[in-house]
Amino acid sequence: MSRKIVIDPITRLEGHGKIDIFLNDAGNVERAYFQVPELRGFEKFAEGRPAEDMPQITSRICGVCPTAHHMAATKAVDDLYQVAPPPAAKKIRELVYSTFYVEDHALHFFFLGGPDFVVGPTAPKAERNILGVLGKVGLEIGKEVIGLRKELRDLISLAGGKVIHPVFGLPGGVSRALTEEDRQQFVAGAAHAVRFARFSLGIFNDVVLKNPKYVEWILSDTYTHKTYYMGLVDRNNRVNFYDGDLRVVGPDGREFVKFPARDYLQHVAEHVEPWSYIKFCYLKDVGWNGFNEGADSGVYGVAPLARLNAADGMATPEAQAAYEQFYQTLGGRPVHHTLANHWARLIELLHAAERMQELANDPEVASPEVRTIPRETPREGIGVVEAPRGTLFHHYQTDERGVITKANLIVATQNNAARIAMSVDKAARGLIHNGQVDDGILNLIEMAFRAYDPCHGCATHALPGQMPLLVSIYDPEHRLLRTVRRD
Amino acid sequence: MSKPKVGFYWCASCGGCEEAVVDLAETILKVVDAVDIVFWPVALDFKRADVEAMENGALAVSFVNGAIRTSEQEEMAELLRAKSQLIVAFGSCSHLGGIPGLANLHHQAGIFRRVYQEAPSVVNPENTVPQWRTEVPEGTLTLPVFHDTVKSLDQTIDVDYYLPGCPPPVKLIVGAVMAILENRLPAKGAVLAPDIALCHECPRKDSKPEKLLIKEFKRPHEMLTDSRQCLLAQGLLCLGPATRSGCEAPCVGANMPCTGCLGPTSHVKDQGAKVLSALASILDSNDEEQIEARLDDIVDPVGTFYRYSLPASFLYAHPSANGGPQP
Repeated sequence: MSRKIVIDPITRLEGHGKIDIFLNDAGNVERAYFQVPELRGFEKFAEGRPAEDMPQITSRICGVCPTAHHMAATKAVDDLYQVAPPPAAKKIRELVYSTFYVEDHALHFFFLGGPDFVVGPTAPKAERNILGVLGKVGLEIGKEVIGLRKELRDLISLAGGKVIHPVFGLPGGVSRALTEEDRQQFVAGAAHAVRFARFSLGIFNDVVLKNPKYVEWILSDTYTHKTYYMGLVDRNNRVNFYDGDLRVVGPDGREFVKFPARDYLQHVAEHVEPWSYIKFCYLKDVGWNGFNEGADSGVYGVAPLARLNAADGMATPEAQAAYEQFYQTLGGRPVHHTLANHWARLIELLHAAERMQELANDPEVASPEVRTIPRETPREGIGVVEAPRGTLFHHYQTDERGVITKANLIVATQNNAARIAMSVDKAARGLIHNGQVDDGILNLIEMAFRAYDPCHGCATHALPGQMPLLVSIYDPEHRLLRTVRRD
Repeated sequence: MSKPKVGFYWCASCGGCEEAVVDLAETILKVVDAVDIVFWPVALDFKRADVEAMENGALAVSFVNGAIRTSEQEEMAELLRAKSQLIVAFGSCSHLGGIPGLANLHHQAGIFRRVYQEAPSVVNPENTVPQWRTEVPEGTLTLPVFHDTVKSLDQTIDVDYYLPGCPPPVKLIVGAVMAILENRLPAKGAVLAPDIALCHECPRKDSKPEKLLIKEFKRPHEMLTDSRQCLLAQGLLCLGPATRSGCEAPCVGANMPCTGCLGPTSHVKDQGAKVLSALASILDSNDEEQIEARLDDIVDPVGTFYRYSLPASFLYAHPSANGGPQP
């Protein structure tokens, strides 16, 4: 005899996670399943399209992080044509990408993940939102967040054509050069971004780190998994969002493998379950050994915490200082506490802002040389970036005209899918006892996956409000016993 | 007097339309003062049950984005239709099917095979594919059933107006909301954007030759594009002549051709057919073989001409929907 609890966001069916929790007779959790109920099939309908259109077509996977898909696709078509963009084009791409990172990470902290910490994980639900955050930090800050977002998104439009679905990436460069005047706008935006990032880390210090109860949450076993971690690193093993090699560290924090993006198929594999549309990535060298942690399980994590764990440091000075404080406070590298993602995200916010500033201040970004015309016959191309939510792979094969014959896409959240499923299961087991389910417990379970900033249908994370949930509790004959609503 | 009630909803979409609404930033505050937003799942706590409890017609207007692929999306569209005086299809997917509508070139089984069995990173010796119902040791798990084809909103419910674009430009969104508030809407069925081709508001229109003739079609990565001259005159497949204006040509501003996301003007029933006729008329040749060779340079006619409008086109759906052969 078992009971089943379904946590299903009733209002955002497409692109949402769904959680089914099975209880045993004693009312304790047998197992919680985390499902993704969506599939659009971009891999299939990419076939037949011109490769140079992939940056624009694949950006439609996600209107929240279109810049990440646009950039991964653009790098894949560089590789496809074996063409290197001129230095200015590469810098413009990374400048736009850094701008996008600041805007995206800032939004997550203030609007979605932040409320759990800034307001408090078990605070009344009516306060656990952006308004609650503003209540804590002041309304002026809200205006600042909206203002910064607008300024940065306008900069992305300036360079990329449109912020929602940019158009500027081409094999061998970017479609439009920046003028000196454009560059000055980026300089101003970057200065603003750096100030904002410092300020955001300050809030985290004051509100979260100075509250022992919150630190206890971060460190609690309920939110901990000892797994592998993956992230892009530069030549010095520092975090990089746009380029570099992929580095994987083991649960002990030591380098497990480091490989160029081209070799991803040797190291990354996908497992299929019949009960979810999402595929579960694992390390091929370790193998799929179920939803388990430890060195014998190929499950790995991506996104902010994983990127910090997989690197030896940050590539910019202030972010590096924040990185050192992070590991000092949390007991050294690697950190396995999922909720530490929120802090790691703010360190990355600072890194992105500093990188944006470095690039904006480089006069070369205003160079008119932004295109290299491809000469090679296309065949196969692989592009990887770190999307805000984790490593993003685009892989295309084409005919000799550059028309896609096969496409393979591994999106950020897929890399994290197994770890997210484990986090939800563990949180449910740790928090539901004797059939007791209330709103606070549901939020604590939800926090387990919100920390990843999951991107199912790629819209879940970014907008004001919380993920709405409906919990239905069924008896063994599937008769509805009661419902708990979490609006 | 109570304020008019407004709903926003999304179906099969990427979230970009929701972001576009958020991008209204301060502009939306003016609108918010004048209306009562009572249903917007992404931002507000009102739920389906709240909508179900409303009187029919209680909502002055609902903006619905995304295409229709699942039965759940159909149900929500029908519910909002019943409760709303006006339905506005918001964005390319809702208006014409959008880029995900290109999936109509394939059968669902083919999509599943590629994604779950053939993809080079997949290790799946038992050839597992996701199931609508799965028995696990603890009980039964279910997934939503996906239809074989992607539909536009008006292939599902009656639609009053359309806001075009991927995503709709901010200016058009504000214009539409103001038109509704001030009760100066055009005739039912109208697309709420200027009914004139994009070329007319293109920043490069003065460089478009009086009689445009081109020798060959080029692809944007193959050439260094002049940043002032008409893109079509340079041989790029710019869909401006077959696309509605209202976006102020940001893609052309970034030195890239229009890909047609606002759809055609009201004088055109099928955007792809219009593109084809526009291109045929500017091709500088009377030699049939030469014309054919030039058209062969267009490597993906269906995906280029119908980038956003395949489900709404005369080509419409997958052949199996009409009893035709399977791929």
